[in-house]
Amino acid sequence: MYGLGIVKGLFVTLKNFVRKPATISYPEQRAPQHSRFRGEEFAWYEERCTGCASCAKFCPLGIIHIVTSPSEENIPEGDSYKLEAFDIDIARCMFCGFCVEVCPYDALFMGSGFEEAQYSRQDLVLDKIKDQREGKNKSPSTWFRPQLESQKYLPLAGQEMKWDDAGREQWSYHPAKRPKKDLLSWRNKNFKNKGGN
Amino acid sequence: MLSENLWFHNIYCFLYTGDTGVSGCADSTGLLPESLNWMPYYIAGFSMVLVLINIFMAFGALYTYAERRLIGRFQSRVGPNRTGPFGILQPVADGIKLLTKESMIPDDADKPVYNLAPIIMLIPVILVVAVLPVGEGTFMTDLNIALLFAISITALTTIAIFMAGFSTGNRFAMLGAMRAVAQLISYEVPVVLSTVGIILLTGSLSLVDVVEAQAIPFILVQPLAFLIFLIGGSAEMNRTPFDTVEAESELIAGYHIEYGGMKFAMFQLAEYASVLINSAVITTLFLSGWDGPFSFIPSPIWFLLKMFFMAFCFIWIRATLPRLRMDQVMSFAWKFLLPLSLINIFVTALEVLIFGVNGSFTISDLWIMSGINFIVSIIGIMIFSKILEIDSGFNTQFKVTV
Amino acid sequence: MNNELMTVNFGPQHPSTHGVFRLRITLDGETVVALEPVFGYLHRGSEKLAEERTYTQVITLTDRMDYTSAMTNNQAYVLSCEKLMGVNPPVRAQYLRVISAELSRIASHLIGTGFLINDLGAFITPLMYCFRERERVLELFEMLCGARITLTYMRVGGVFQDTPKEFWPALNNFLTDMEYHLDEYESLLTGNEILLSRTKGVSSINTDQALNASITGPILRSTGYDWDLRSVDPYEIYNRVNFEVPTGTNGDNFDRYIVRIKEMRQSLSIIKQCVEQIEPGNVRLDLPFLIRPDAGETYGRVESPKGELGFYIISDGSISPYRCKVRPPSLINLTLLNEMIVGWRVADMIVTLGSLDFNMGEVDR
Repeated sequence: MYGLGIVKGLFVTLKNFVRKPATISYPEQRAPQHSRFRGEEFAWYEERCTGCASCAKFCPLGIIHIVTSPSEENIPEGDSYKLEAFDIDIARCMFCGFCVEVCPYDALFMGSGFEEAQYSRQDLVLDKIKDQREGKNKSPSTWFRPQLESQKYLPLAGQEMKWDDAGREQWSYHPAKRPKKDLLSWRNKNFKNKGGN
Repeated sequence: MLSENLWFHNIYCFLYTGDTGVSGCADSTGLLPESLNWMPYYIAGFSMVLVLINIFMAFGALYTYAERRLIGRFQSRVGPNRTGPFGILQPVADGIKLLTKESMIPDDADKPVYNLAPIIMLIPVILVVAVLPVGEGTFMTDLNIALLFAISITALTTIAIFMAGFSTGNRFAMLGAMRAVAQLISYEVPVVLSTVGIILLTGSLSLVDVVEAQAIPFILVQPLAFLIFLIGGSAEMNRTPFDTVEAESELIAGYHIEYGGMKFAMFQLAEYASVLINSAVITTLFLSGWDGPFSFIPSPIWFLLKMFFMAFCFIWIRATLPRLRMDQVMSFAWKFLLPLSLINIFVTALEVLIFGVNGSFTISDLWIMSGINFIVSIIGIMIFSKILEIDSGFNTQFKVTV
Repeated sequence: MNNELMTVNFGPQHPSTHGVFRLRITLDGETVVALEPVFGYLHRGSEKLAEERTYTQVITLTDRMDYTSAMTNNQAYVLSCEKLMGVNPPVRAQYLRVISAELSRIASHLIGTGFLINDLGAFITPLMYCFRERERVLELFEMLCGARITLTYMRVGGVFQDTPKEFWPALNNFLTDMEYHLDEYESLLTGNEILLSRTKGVSSINTDQALNASITGPILRSTGYDWDLRSVDPYEIYNRVNFEVPTGTNGDNFDRYIVRIKEMRQSLSIIKQCVEQIEPGNVRLDLPFLIRPDAGETYGRVESPKGELGFYIISDGSISPYRCKVRPPSLINLTLLNEMIVGWRVADMIVTLGSLDFNMGEVDR
C-alpha cells in the first residue's frame, strides 16, 4: 500500500527528534581527544637533541630548518652539535609525524593542540629554540612514544613532561651518564643485507 | 458583527458616545466626544487589523527560526543558537542582511511586473487572516462564503509566481515558473474537491459554522479528505516532497533566481506565511478550530496550539522525505488524488442522504460515518496505489535519435 | 514542434557534483541528449611527486587520493611494496590492517549513501545521520593513529604502532551501535516509496556492458556478477574470515544503494570475526626507514570501497620508486556515463551521479 514506508520513515525521524543532539558546542565544549592526537605545536627537548637532522632529512616537505656548527667540546664519539637554529614551518606542515618517528633520541614529539592559527605567515614558523628558552609548557602527544603511554601521561591534563622522563631509553650525551652500548654490532646486525650503506 | 465580535465590541464601546440602542453598548459614554461618533468604528477596526496582521507577520518570521531549530533537532543537531538568547534574534539578523543587499534589476526585465510580483505574492496570504475564526468570539468577519474566499485567494499566488518567472529575462526562471504553475494548478483541483465533503456535512461555507458543527473533529469523519488536503496543501506551498520548483540541487533554477534583497525576502515570507495559513485552515476544517476539552484555557490558545501542531507536521514531513520528480508530481495529482477525492464526495453524499433526513447529525451518526469513511479510504488508497504502479514501469529511458 | 537543443554547463562548482566535476550536457527539453565530462580540476601530480620521494614518504601521498577512505589506499600501496621486496608482515599487523580497511569501507559507504539521499532532496537529514556514525569511525581512527582523515597508518612491513588499550572496548561499542543504526537507515529509506519511484529502473546497466568497460566495485556487483577481490583473490587474512558478497539484480540506482548497505553489514561481521581471532604479537617488521627494493615491477591490488584499487610500481633499486601508477576505480567507473545518463532526465542524472559514488581526489589524483 502506498504510504506505509513513508510513515515508517516519519517515525524514525521522530525518534531522532526526541534524542539529545549529537552536537558539541565549541568553544564551550571540546570534542574528546585521544592522547595520541597529532597536534600542531611540537614539543622539542633541547637537552635530548644532538642536531643529527634526521627529522629534517625525512620530512617529505622539507620544512624543518636546522643550522648547526661543530661543538666546543671535541669528544670523538656521540657528542651533539651546537644548535643555532631549529625552525619548523607549520604553514606547510601536513603533520604526518615522520620527523617524530625517525628521531633516534626521542627529542621531538608531536603536540596536542589544534588552535595555532596566526594572523601572518611569519608567525607560523615555530622557533623551537626560542620556545625552549622561554620555558613554554610542553604537552607532547603520545604518538609513537610508547614510554609516555606506559607512564599514563595525558597531554591535556596540564602537567608538563620533563626531558629525562620522556625518552625511550636512558640516552644522554653527557659521557658520565651514558650507558654502555655497542653501536657497531647493533648496526651490523640490522643493516647487513639491506643494500647500500 | 458588532455584538458577536467581543474584541471589536469592547474597543468600540470604550470609544463610542451616543445612542446605546443602535450600538448595543452597555455604557453610553465613551472616550471620544459625540461629534466624532463615526470614528470608533474605524479605530476599532483598524486596531484589530493592526494587531492581527502584526502578530501574524511576527509568527511568520518566528516560524522561519522555529523551522531551522526543529529541522536541526530532527537531524540530531542544534539549530541556530548564537544570535540572541537561544538564537531568537535570527530572523532579525536575516532581515537586516536582506535589507542591506543591493537590489539589482536585470536589463531585460519587465520592470513594473518585476517589482509587483513579490507584493502580489504576499498580499493574498495576509488577506486570508480576515476570515479565520481565531477564538470563540474573535474573528474579523463572518463571511458566509469564507471557505471559498480562503481557497480562491490563496490561488492568486500562482499568478505572482508566473509574473516573477516571466518578467526576468532568464529562460531558466521562465521554465521554472511554468513548471510551478502547472504543479499549482493541478493540485488545486483535489484540494478544492476534498473540502466538498465538509461542505456537505455542514451545509454552509462559513468557517464559523464549520467549527461549530464539529461535535467530533472532522479528521475522524473525513480521513481521506484530511490526507488529500494535507498532501495537496504541501504541493500548493511548494514544500517537500513537492519542491522541485525551488530545489537547489537541480539544474533548472526556480522562479525567484533573479530576485535579491527584500524582494526575495518577501517571496520567502509569503511561502512561510502560507504554511501558517494552511495549517490554520486545516485546524479550522478538520481539527475543530478553537474548541478544546479544557475550558479554562482560552479558545485562541487552543487554536494557536493546534495551528502550531500542524505547522510542526509540515516541518516533520519536510525533514524526512525526498522530493518527487516533476512528472511524478503531476501523475500523483491526476491519477491518485483526484479519483480519491471524487470517491470521497460520492461516499459522503450517500451518507448525508441516508443519515441526514432531519437536517443535522447526531454524534452516533457521525461515528458511524467515520467508520465507513475509514474503510472506504483504506480500500481506495490500496486500489489506486496499484494503478499508480510504483515499483515497475515508472521510469523509462527515451530513445535518443540525435 | 521544433525543439532546439540547449547546451548547459553543469559546472565544477555545483552543490551536487560531489567534488569538482564538470559536465557539458546537451538538453532537449528535459532529456539529456549528449554529454561530455571534463575533469582534472583536482589534479595535484601525485604520481610525479611519488617519483621524488622515498617509499615511506609516498604513503602520505596515497592518503590524499581517495580521502573518504584513506586506509584502503595505504593498504594497496603497502601491499605492492611488500610484493616488490618479498617480505610478509606479521599476522597481527595483517589483522589490524583488515580491521582498519573495513572501518574505512564503512566510512566511505556512509558518505556515499548520505550524499545520494541528499541529491534526492531529503534535506540532508539522512546525511546528518550518516555523518554522526562516521564521527564514531573517525574517533576510532584517532585512537589508532592520531589523525582522522589523512591517516598514514600503515608502513611497509606492517602497521606503524600497536593499538592502545582503549581501542577494543570502543570498537565493540561501535559495532553494536552501528548495527542498530543500519537498521534505522533501512527503515527510513529502503521502504520509502518516493525513493523507490525515483531510483528503481533508472540508469540500469547489464553485466556485459560493465565487464566490457572494466567496471569494478559495487557497481559491478549491483548488476548481478559477484566479483569481489576479497573472495576471488584473497590477500592478507581474508581467507580466514567468512563473509558474503552482496549482489543486486538490475544494475539500477536502487541496487547500487542496496549493495552498499549490505556491504556495510558484511564489513561489521568481518570486523567482529577479526576481533575474535586476533592474537597479541609484533606489528611491525624491523625494516629501515629507507627501503631499497630490488629492481623490478609489480602490481598490487585491493578491494577499495569504490572498486579495484591497484598500484603498479616500477623500482630501479634506489630509495624512491621509478614509476608509481595508480589504477583509480572512480575514473574507470565513469566510463559508462554515456549509457547511464543519455536518454534520462536531468533530475535522474543527478541521482545517477550520486549513486556512482566517485571521488574526485581519486579521479584526478
